[in-house]
Amino acid sequence: MKKTTIQAKKETSKIDEEKRDFLFVTTAGLAIAGGAATAISLINTMNPAKDVLALSTTEVDLSPVEEGQSLTVMWRGKPIFIRHRSQEEIDSASNVSIENLKHKATDDSRVENPKWLVVVGVCTHLGCVPLGQKIGDSKGEFGGWFCPCHGSHYDTSGRIRKGPAPLNLEIPPYKFVSDDIIKIG
Amino acid sequence: MKVMILSPALISGATSDVKLMEQKWPFKGIFGRFDESSLQRGFQVYREVCAACHGIRHISYRDLKGIGYTNDEIKVIAGDYEVVDGPNDEGEMFDREALPSDKFVGPYENDKIARLANNGAYPPDLSLIVKARANGADYLYSLLNGYKDYPENFEASEGMYYNEFYPGYQIAMPSPLMDDIVEYSDGTEATQEQVAKDVTSFLAWTAEPELEERKSLGVKTLFFLILLTIMLLGVKRKIWKDVE
Amino acid sequence: MSKDTEKKGITSWIDERLPVFTFINHNLRDYPTPKNLNYFWNFGSLAGVTLVIMIITGILLAMQYTADTDLAFDSVERIMRDVNNGWLLRYIHMNGASMFFIIVYIHIFRGLYYGSYKYPREILWMLGVVILLLMMATAFMGYVLPWGQMSFWGATVITNLFSAFPVVGDYIVTFLWGGFSVDNPTLTRFFVLHYLLPFAIVGVVALHLVALHQFGSNNPTGIDVKSDGDTIPFHPYYTVKDYFGLGVYLIIFAALVFFAPNFLGHPDNYIPANPLQTPAHIVPEWYFLPFYAILRAVPDKLMGVLLMFAAVAVLFLLPWLDKHRVRSAQFRPYYKQFYWLFFVDCMILGWVGAMPAEGIYVTISRAASIYYFAFFLVIMPILSRYEKIGELPSSISSAVLSDKFDKGTESYAK
Repeated sequence: MKKTTIQAKKETSKIDEEKRDFLFVTTAGLAIAGGAATAISLINTMNPAKDVLALSTTEVDLSPVEEGQSLTVMWRGKPIFIRHRSQEEIDSASNVSIENLKHKATDDSRVENPKWLVVVGVCTHLGCVPLGQKIGDSKGEFGGWFCPCHGSHYDTSGRIRKGPAPLNLEIPPYKFVSDDIIKIG
Repeated sequence: MKVMILSPALISGATSDVKLMEQKWPFKGIFGRFDESSLQRGFQVYREVCAACHGIRHISYRDLKGIGYTNDEIKVIAGDYEVVDGPNDEGEMFDREALPSDKFVGPYENDKIARLANNGAYPPDLSLIVKARANGADYLYSLLNGYKDYPENFEASEGMYYNEFYPGYQIAMPSPLMDDIVEYSDGTEATQEQVAKDVTSFLAWTAEPELEERKSLGVKTLFFLILLTIMLLGVKRKIWKDVE
Repeated sequence: MSKDTEKKGITSWIDERLPVFTFINHNLRDYPTPKNLNYFWNFGSLAGVTLVIMIITGILLAMQYTADTDLAFDSVERIMRDVNNGWLLRYIHMNGASMFFIIVYIHIFRGLYYGSYKYPREILWMLGVVILLLMMATAFMGYVLPWGQMSFWGATVITNLFSAFPVVGDYIVTFLWGGFSVDNPTLTRFFVLHYLLPFAIVGVVALHLVALHQFGSNNPTGIDVKSDGDTIPFHPYYTVKDYFGLGVYLIIFAALVFFAPNFLGHPDNYIPANPLQTPAHIVPEWYFLPFYAILRAVPDKLMGVLLMFAAVAVLFLLPWLDKHRVRSAQFRPYYKQFYWLFFVDCMILGWVGAMPAEGIYVTISRAASIYYFAFFLVIMPILSRYEKIGELPSSISSAVLSDKFDKGTESYAK
């Protein structure tokens, strides 16, 4: 009974009603905005922390790596494949006709200095680490890397040539700080 | 502040009963901010004086950005220190220059050596010292200025120093500061009080590097919450006005 | 309310099979609530909100924390320094524990004042005491996790309480520790239990709410609801009142988190745990101080421990210790005075709990402990027998109206 009288009163004061609606809406809006801001700042704690980001660059000395040898370093928790390519390998990488590639890229566009190939050693298919770094590893049909998980073959430029992987091995951001030292990240 | 009595922190803080030399710290209060030049001077005092015995292991060189150094300056500062890294491919540990991502290099390899070098007393890590003492900043400032000669009739122990602010009055650390113990590049006169103040400010920062962010976010949050609560009160009043 | 016309489409399709909407409607919308509840009735929902805040921040903290004696302290400092907003997360969680206890203690004192533990709400009350016990265990173990000096020594002292029990005492303590001192196994299990128990609390809170909604809220007069005129629907009246209360609460909470985050903590807990050096005064967190005072008031170790546990356990018996027919202290002038004395007594216990156990403090803590138990075991039974039952208002509505009338005449007289 009570409720109906209250309702009746509400309807009579039309102006009051509008003011109230405005107050309701702005208050609710403000509360939701505050809740959202809080939620975002709390969820942000799960993003990479400052100490993690601080380790996101790494410098590598290339001088001990002889021609034909490879070096694996860790960067952001992932292996980076660095290969000191022989002239033969450079030639075989640059003499491929781009048209036939699955993921079209020239060898030139994938290196800073043709002698050094730097790629992220993670297969673009499902994240396995391809073989080809160690002596005795299978390098696949194209002399680069071979992913044992699902049989992807990469060439000496790290490009996908055969198998299920959709993309070439990723090139990490890096630059030559001096002739022998690169900075990754 | 009478309410303070309720804080367990103050009831049983490990200080002596002498009244602390209370200072006006710029980082106190709701709008408190660090004085950046004081922090940099304090860092200099830490490097040139305190670092001989005390580490600051929770701070990385990269954190110095927070007291106004640039990335390049930080690289240079870090480069002054050597850290042990490894093992390398030969299976050996090796020294290398510290990087901005490294934590502050401490003076001792481990606690045992630290004790051995200091008559059995362990020089505590200073990262959190201001937070780890009741009224930390005032306490530290007082301690640094609180060295006195032994009073008569006081039974002095070998290798200990009298400090009226230290619990038990006898401290193993000799008075670390004096006038002109460092030379400030910004021309500030390095009196003992000034040096103590600067290094205390620096250590207040190492204890709470988040302080400025915390307070500025706090002011915004409170402003928001008060506004929202007043509006909620309005909504509440309107809804309730028909209830008898 | 014409619910049948409201329910349409997917909502009614779901509701027919899984009546969540009916449930919400019953318990959070139409739920008839006495119209005279004062602001002390906000504290139940505030406790619920705090529990949610604690669980959310706790889960996020657990993603960054490492439960290992060598790493725990540093991992907490890493949260404070390197994790994005990590300091905020940790300070909310740390001060949230204190806020949680403030809220729950007020909630308990409210129940005590208005007789909310009496028929038919005995189980509701007892479930509340279970929640309090679980909270205490959770808070205690949580305080150990940062592995500072107070964490370590608090854990040592409290677990050693169990050694007071004859014969099995030492075995129990070794078992709790998982070793011969508080060490890595202890820290690891405390972390696991600290993570687990809050979900047990959620379960008991659900039961607490089921029991509450069986008979509805008590009210300041303590008189049963007699007609529809005594109640109003929970929504929007009490939802909006709860929101407003929440706003005020969050202002206080935020002030603590942002401007005095370590005010309620102890500086010694920023010193890494050192098993070779005990701090000068070991003080538990403030919310345990009254119980700590009772523990120390007794010269005998076993008796002290038993009394401390009894101080909480006696709350379970409350519905049977106070059998007075009138619920609210408003209409019990004698109980009211003893009640306020009891309130002051608890404050005194909290205060002496933080003082060194020597001299005058021991005497005060003994007197205060005696009154604590006397209030429940002596005063309550006697009052329930001899305190006269005065005149009660005939209904909640008439109480509210006469209250307004009284105030009106008062201001008129002035």
